[in-house]
Amino acid sequence: MSLLEEPIRELGRRLREREISAVELAQAALARIEAVDPAVGAFLRVTPELAMEAAVAADRTLATDPGGAAALCGIPVAYKDLICTKGVETTAASRILEGFVPPYSATVVERLAALGAVPLGKLNCDEFAMGSSNENSAYQITRNPWDLERVPGGSSGGSAAAVAARLACATLGSDTGGSIRLPASFTGVVGVKPTYGRVSRYGLIAFASSLDQIGPLTKTVEDAALVMTAISGRDPRDSTSVEAPLDGFLEDLHRGVEGLRLGVPREYLEVGIEPGVRKVFDQAVSSLERMGAVVEEVSLPSTEFALSAYYVIAPAEVSSNLARMDGVRFGPGFAGAKNLREAYETARHQGFGEEVRRRIILGAYALSSGYYDAYYLRAQQVRTLVARDFEQAFAKVDAIVSPTAPTAAFRLGERTADPLAMYGTDVLTLPANLAGISGISVPAGFAAGLPVGLQVLGPYLGESICFRIAHSVETESRLWQQLPPVAGLAG
Amino acid sequence: MISPSQTGWEAVIGLEVHAQLLTRSKMFCSCRADYLGLPANSNTCPVCLGLPGALPVINEEGVRLTIRTALALECEIPEFTKFDRKNYFYPDLPKGYQISQYDLPLSLRGRLDFQVEGRSVRAGITRVHLEEDTGTLHHAGEIQTSAFSLVDLNRAGVPLMEIVGEPDLRSPAEARAYLATLRQLLVYIGVNDGNMEEGSLRCDANISLRPIGTEPLGVKVEVKNMNSFRSVQRALEYELERQTEVLEQGGRLVQETRGWSELEQRTVSQRSKEVAQEYRYFPEPDLPPLLISRARVEEVRADLPELPAARRERFQSQYQLTEEQARLLTDRPADSRYFEDVVAAGVSPLLAANWQLGDLQGLCNAANLEVANCRIDPGSLAGLLRMVENREVTAKVAKEVLARGFETGESPAEMVRSQGLGQLSDADEIAGWVDQVLTEQAQAAADYLAGNERALGRLVGTVMGKSKGRANPVIVNQLLRERLSRPGG
Amino acid sequence: MAAQSKTSPGSGSIALSEVAHVSNLARLGLTEEELVKLAAQLELIVAAVGKLSQADVSGVEATAQVGQARNVTRPDQVAPGLSAAEALANAATTEAGFLRVPAIQ
Repeated sequence: MSLLEEPIRELGRRLREREISAVELAQAALARIEAVDPAVGAFLRVTPELAMEAAVAADRTLATDPGGAAALCGIPVAYKDLICTKGVETTAASRILEGFVPPYSATVVERLAALGAVPLGKLNCDEFAMGSSNENSAYQITRNPWDLERVPGGSSGGSAAAVAARLACATLGSDTGGSIRLPASFTGVVGVKPTYGRVSRYGLIAFASSLDQIGPLTKTVEDAALVMTAISGRDPRDSTSVEAPLDGFLEDLHRGVEGLRLGVPREYLEVGIEPGVRKVFDQAVSSLERMGAVVEEVSLPSTEFALSAYYVIAPAEVSSNLARMDGVRFGPGFAGAKNLREAYETARHQGFGEEVRRRIILGAYALSSGYYDAYYLRAQQVRTLVARDFEQAFAKVDAIVSPTAPTAAFRLGERTADPLAMYGTDVLTLPANLAGISGISVPAGFAAGLPVGLQVLGPYLGESICFRIAHSVETESRLWQQLPPVAGLAG
Repeated sequence: MISPSQTGWEAVIGLEVHAQLLTRSKMFCSCRADYLGLPANSNTCPVCLGLPGALPVINEEGVRLTIRTALALECEIPEFTKFDRKNYFYPDLPKGYQISQYDLPLSLRGRLDFQVEGRSVRAGITRVHLEEDTGTLHHAGEIQTSAFSLVDLNRAGVPLMEIVGEPDLRSPAEARAYLATLRQLLVYIGVNDGNMEEGSLRCDANISLRPIGTEPLGVKVEVKNMNSFRSVQRALEYELERQTEVLEQGGRLVQETRGWSELEQRTVSQRSKEVAQEYRYFPEPDLPPLLISRARVEEVRADLPELPAARRERFQSQYQLTEEQARLLTDRPADSRYFEDVVAAGVSPLLAANWQLGDLQGLCNAANLEVANCRIDPGSLAGLLRMVENREVTAKVAKEVLARGFETGESPAEMVRSQGLGQLSDADEIAGWVDQVLTEQAQAAADYLAGNERALGRLVGTVMGKSKGRANPVIVNQLLRERLSRPGG
Repeated sequence: MAAQSKTSPGSGSIALSEVAHVSNLARLGLTEEELVKLAAQLELIVAAVGKLSQADVSGVEATAQVGQARNVTRPDQVAPGLSAAEALANAATTEAGFLRVPAIQ
């Protein structure tokens, strides 16, 4: 088995016991990327020098103080290109940030670097995180390692594909309406959307400020819990981040699901789940019941309005967040513009792709005078209802389970002409963002050879219950030991 | 200047004042708030530069100073307040939005009392809210014709307090007095340095006319770019005339923004700014709201320094000063502190007031300094004035050593002692000079005896001169009169 | 273009002039052709989003932010930021230490 196929804990042991070095591990990752990524297209840029530098430093720490070395010391990771990395080009997969080299790193990057993680490079995504298939990148296509003619899901498609193809031990993505969980489901990996405020957003290029969270994508639930432990925690630079104990992320993993009450939202199953996906879900639920969980139906009545609310709030916030992309302080600029207005319009017209334009217009429209009350304000009220639904459900059950998405991965180009169809991909994931609660997608099976994920949603700050349930599913299925064919390219 | 009552039109004026707060750091990041004189773009960070991924964090001092201002203006302070985004594009606005406050500001409904032309006026304050300042733009020539603009973001993010006044002002003179009183208040409570020339205090005005005795407001014109009290008054006088003329001729006024041109002494339409600005305000998602407890409000209130009006009153009653003296001494808080320090060092208030407002202020004016910044500190002045009070030095000599100490920084009292400049009261010594002078100035003596009182003054002056100003003038006077009244003298 | 009711989402149509207006506010510089295409797409999206009008939100407070955080502030202290070189490093056009933009007019 390739090094990159091993769980982080096992790699950590081998590193500490000097069976392998961080440099070897980094080289193994870089070699895999070189061999496999041309087919997958997960990476926008690879940073071999930085990786080696970090690996050498990690080896020093592991040699002099193995007991004190963090769990992630020497572990190769990669970052969605929406996350600022000092000195390394960060584009948000957009032309308007082509050549932008941030003079600072996101807090999560600093935290992982301080622990000795080894940065491999930046990962492709939908432009400014807008999309559900990763087809909105201005730079390249990322393919699903399980079927190269299909999408990996979005917007953290590169992050998911990289883990699926075992090119990195862990990646960071971002989730605003499902952008971690959805690609995790489509590519058969674990993806976590933390509780809003759990992980600092400082350095995450903002999409929808009140919905965004950075989270890990990994091959196992324990790997995800390890990364979550490393990146969580209040950051004075992010006023929306909260001080919250890492209660039981790792400790509770192995407690099993005996006696846990799980809710299946009636409304989620009514959205039109593909039969293959539904079958996998039902099997996963049965499996959980066999393991001792009690499953019952719950109702989240505001679900029917959640999609609409999301597609008002997110575009509204992003229309404002992207106003700073004006070509003045960064970006390719506006050569030849005769006046200021032309300068702005040139830079933004050339710099933004179609989906971005669409959402900016939608968002600005929803905020404009005459429409604010009917759209934005109303959407925020619906948001309160969605949050209440979850609160009431969590009074009855410990966690909520559902399919992560209505379908498995669709073909490249299949939904690009139909924005509404594309938006519908997120219908099961976005309510959790509106409410700010925690969620995880864990591989649950296959439908016609394509991965299908199980979504577990926990109450506010309830990550540990999600991890615990997901871990049980994973232990039972052992799906993470199955690799997509393309992962074998590296031999 | 046409007066409204002559024309039947009444001016309705409201001022919008922006005041930079005297914090150490910017409103939403830790860059310096005092940006003046720094090389362009050397005072920024990812946050105030508006880089992707950066997030704001509220400066607690900005909030405290705004609450303090609100209390000084007798505003209500609601329990819940939040920030909002004001979205528009301009090169000095790096994020493409300004973090400001829209519908739930830090304070509402206050008032400012001021004096103008001998009357007391009370003007309403609509609201005081907190926001961030923009960067600065520089052009070759006028902004309308310049081929390009240069942007400096050092100022972007500096805390800015916006004080919106009700349209309660009825004349340009009232507007000026309101502004002067507000400025003094802000300086007194330590939230702003009152500097209009450097832009730390800015004023825009809204002015409309309506027939006297009617309620509905007329077409409102916004006037900007007034950089001093005087230009505020002049610009409004100009507008008043312009608008009156239009209305008198039966014309219609346009609701617009006009800029004051100091050069041309007129307002100019800035129609290009009229293109519908839609700010699309919405609550700032990156900043949790603020809950202002009543205990917190009382804490800030307890910290409020003595306000100008109260200090003026107290100076009159406590120190027995005239209204004029009190007003002058309290105009600047530093001056009032200086005065009280001198009195506290054992000088009678009247003497201290006369000398500070007279000689010392005169020296300061000539040197373009403020009393509190000059080389004569309160202790120094007090030392000298105590000698004057104790008749150890004449007023004349005291003025001289004060002037010298002002230049060199030496203690005037020390100079008197070390250089032997003390007042001479030895009658014999003085008599010697008196006799000399009477001999030399026989004509003046004769004039005096002939009934010319002023001649005595000249004789006193000459004796003082011979004594290098040190002779006790009372004794000089006394001896001269004695000599001149002696028969045959 | 048809007069627009500004108070009822779900009425389904969004005037081209409105799309143009918003595009202008957002400085997107869209061509006529792009505006037409976008307006058509937006019409569908707005119609879908119009479902919001059916929700019963009477008496419901708006959630601008999830989480109970309040009064998150920092002490008034200065910390080093970026040098002028770092601040300008990504700018396409600078002059004498300033950022340069074309005529504002």
